[in-house]
Amino acid sequence: MNEATIEVTGLRKRYGPTLALDGVSFTAPPGKVTGFIGPNGAGKSTTIRVILGLDEPDEGRAWVGGHAYQALNHPLRHVGALVDAAAVQPSRTARNHLLWLARSQRLDAGRVDSVLGQVGLTAAARRKAGGFSLGMRQRLGIAAALLGDPPVVILDEPFNGMDPEGIVWMRALLRTLATEGRAVLVSSHLMSELQGIADHIVAIGRGKILADAAIEELLTGEQVLLQTPAPAEAAQVLQRAGGATTVLDDSTLGISALSARQVVEALGRSGVAFAEVSTRRATLEDVYFQLTNEETEFRTGTAVRR
Amino acid sequence: MTTTTAPPAAAGTPERARFTAVLRAEWTKFRTVRGWVIAPVMAAVLCVLFTYLVANGTHTDYCTGTGDCTPGHAFVPTGPDGQAVADSYYTVGRQLTGDGTITTRITTLTGVTSTAPTSVAPSQARQTRPGLTPWAKAGILLRPSTRQGSAYAAVMATGGHGDRFQYNYGHDHAGRPGRAPRWLRLTRTGNTLAGYDSADGTTWTRIGTAHLAGLPATVHIGLFVTSPVSFRSSADGSRTLATATFDHTVISGHATPGAWRGQNIGAGEQDFYPTLRSGGYHRAGDSLVVSGSGDIAPAVVQGLLGANTAASSQPFGLTVALIVLIVVAAMFITAEYRRGLIRITFAAIPGRGRVLAAKAVVIGAVAFVIAAVAAAASIPLGEHVLHANGAYVFPAGALTVVRIIAGTAALSAITAIAVLAVGAITRKSAAAVAGGILVFVLPSLIGSLGSGGAVTWLYRLSPAAGLSVLQALPRSALVDYPYTFGNGYYPLAPWAGLGVLAAWAALALAIAAVVLRRRDA
Repeated sequence: MNEATIEVTGLRKRYGPTLALDGVSFTAPPGKVTGFIGPNGAGKSTTIRVILGLDEPDEGRAWVGGHAYQALNHPLRHVGALVDAAAVQPSRTARNHLLWLARSQRLDAGRVDSVLGQVGLTAAARRKAGGFSLGMRQRLGIAAALLGDPPVVILDEPFNGMDPEGIVWMRALLRTLATEGRAVLVSSHLMSELQGIADHIVAIGRGKILADAAIEELLTGEQVLLQTPAPAEAAQVLQRAGGATTVLDDSTLGISALSARQVVEALGRSGVAFAEVSTRRATLEDVYFQLTNEETEFRTGTAVRR
Repeated sequence: MTTTTAPPAAAGTPERARFTAVLRAEWTKFRTVRGWVIAPVMAAVLCVLFTYLVANGTHTDYCTGTGDCTPGHAFVPTGPDGQAVADSYYTVGRQLTGDGTITTRITTLTGVTSTAPTSVAPSQARQTRPGLTPWAKAGILLRPSTRQGSAYAAVMATGGHGDRFQYNYGHDHAGRPGRAPRWLRLTRTGNTLAGYDSADGTTWTRIGTAHLAGLPATVHIGLFVTSPVSFRSSADGSRTLATATFDHTVISGHATPGAWRGQNIGAGEQDFYPTLRSGGYHRAGDSLVVSGSGDIAPAVVQGLLGANTAASSQPFGLTVALIVLIVVAAMFITAEYRRGLIRITFAAIPGRGRVLAAKAVVIGAVAFVIAAVAAAASIPLGEHVLHANGAYVFPAGALTVVRIIAGTAALSAITAIAVLAVGAITRKSAAAVAGGILVFVLPSLIGSLGSGGAVTWLYRLSPAAGLSVLQALPRSALVDYPYTFGNGYYPLAPWAGLGVLAAWAALALAIAAVVLRRRDA
């Protein structure tokens, strides 16, 4: 077992009446960015907390480099994690926040200054973290994750609150970390953030793994875009014809599993009016909606466009 | 990248080094939040300030029988060991040079008790009823001088404790039980004094011996009678007087020739110990009838002196300081829960018991040092101000002062650790602070308001028992006194009281450790 691997098998976790994790299994391999996607409440953060030994699963196990997290000696040297960027003591400076973490792992203060430089916080190092923007806190959280130079990096929603410049920086950082041979697990509910940087996608919905595949496998399909004044009727017709539909805005439907010709034929047969039919290559976002459609429909009664 | 060179997981580092790392992390956490550093310093300042205010609010006036009052207090003798002592009695005697022996027989020992409490001046309370107090004393006394508080040795019959051999106010050996008539004998050989008793004047039993260093060649010897304040019938105490009949009194050795001389010691208006009236003596045939009032014993009767000790001005300031420390101790862990920081902590240090232990060491050490400094400053300050305001302050030896300072520090440290544990259990600052104050401060506040039986149990069983470490009032088995909380005496010995507090803290810590391990972070 390579040290830079996260392996999760059969996780089950119940909070009262809610089944938060229902048999979650996947592997995040070294040298790759693994995108961990799913809507809010799908079980991403719970899974990450289980991997970090914070929550105890009812069933199943999580391994990091072949070891249970609790058995790791100075765990931040093995696994760096960003769980919650808001989790700082407001009156403590950024540098001191990293300093106590360094002390706990028997790392010297030089490491602290080094990661502060890496995330671009050197100038703000002696400012109180309470005054930081969410974007700066994310950088501080990343610095904490990188402190122990760990082979495994886990980031929960790292793009939250980042400005465009920060997002570009973050994407580059994630690529670099993977190129260095680390296993990088990044959770997000925004697909666009992971497009182009994730090598592998693990999609989760209502505590179940919906997909676990390389990005190329997921992005093979084509999608049909339909402009229609009656999207609800059209969706009904097309679903009867075997298609999966997504409402993209109030006059646009995205359809998969049907070709453009099949769409036109089905609508023609039923006499539903439409303005334009086009095709485009599937994006990660389409895949995401497709995978989580059932889940979100169940909860809201209608497909949700984020 | 350390993919291939990372140390093996699990148990690569000795447990002690791992704990040291956690300890350094927690200490870094503590010292890098400015409020957590400032608050304990403020706590120490507040403790000293309130101690000063309490002491400064204490004024003692000393009143004569004619009703003139001036700041000050009655004269309290200090014994050879530095303790406050009562030294009031009537003696009939002479001088003895070199070694010698005094033998006498006590045929009767009787007493009367005033019907008025000690707070009424003796001139206004002449009425008495029969009644001999158990620690009424009659016997043979030997001392270098009759200066109050000087060294002595005595063999005596008592009202209810049989024959005793006592010396230097706190030292006591029991002889045969029962009352007069009995024979008593005191011998001097160099610096060694020995007391004997006998039922028939022929078969003698040695009760005990004393070595009084530096005893001069010529000493005072004599018969003495004294009778202490009785608390049997009145909480304020009643003055008493005892009368003994001596015969067959023989002195062997170089005694000054001539008549016996009677002396009333420590019964003047300026003397603190309440006496019923002046003692005296007269001859009745071959017998000598001697009566006396007072006591030769440690001074504990604080009702007559006030209950001021080196530490008596401190509890309020200490309580204020404790509340500040409780807030800091609670925040030290609940702030992490509030911010979600606890997850970062437990991800960095999966051994949660180790985190709790390290936090306990840090907050305990901070509270210990702060309280030690506060006590070391406020004890001499409070004592000085009390003296300046005319109050009598029971002398405390260096050991007692050190015990109070160390005890205050330990009390604060244990309280802080207990509140930290409560914070770990509740996870909420408000709940932890309120709980900490409720459990660890409120009992002592309630206790300071009342003095009933329930309050006594608070100081026995609740965390307030820890305040027993402040106990500085002397108590003695040789003095019948209600050693109750209302009179300033904690029901438990200092370290036992601290043990009760420590048991509560240990319970809270144990629950916290279990909860932390079982609960998802």
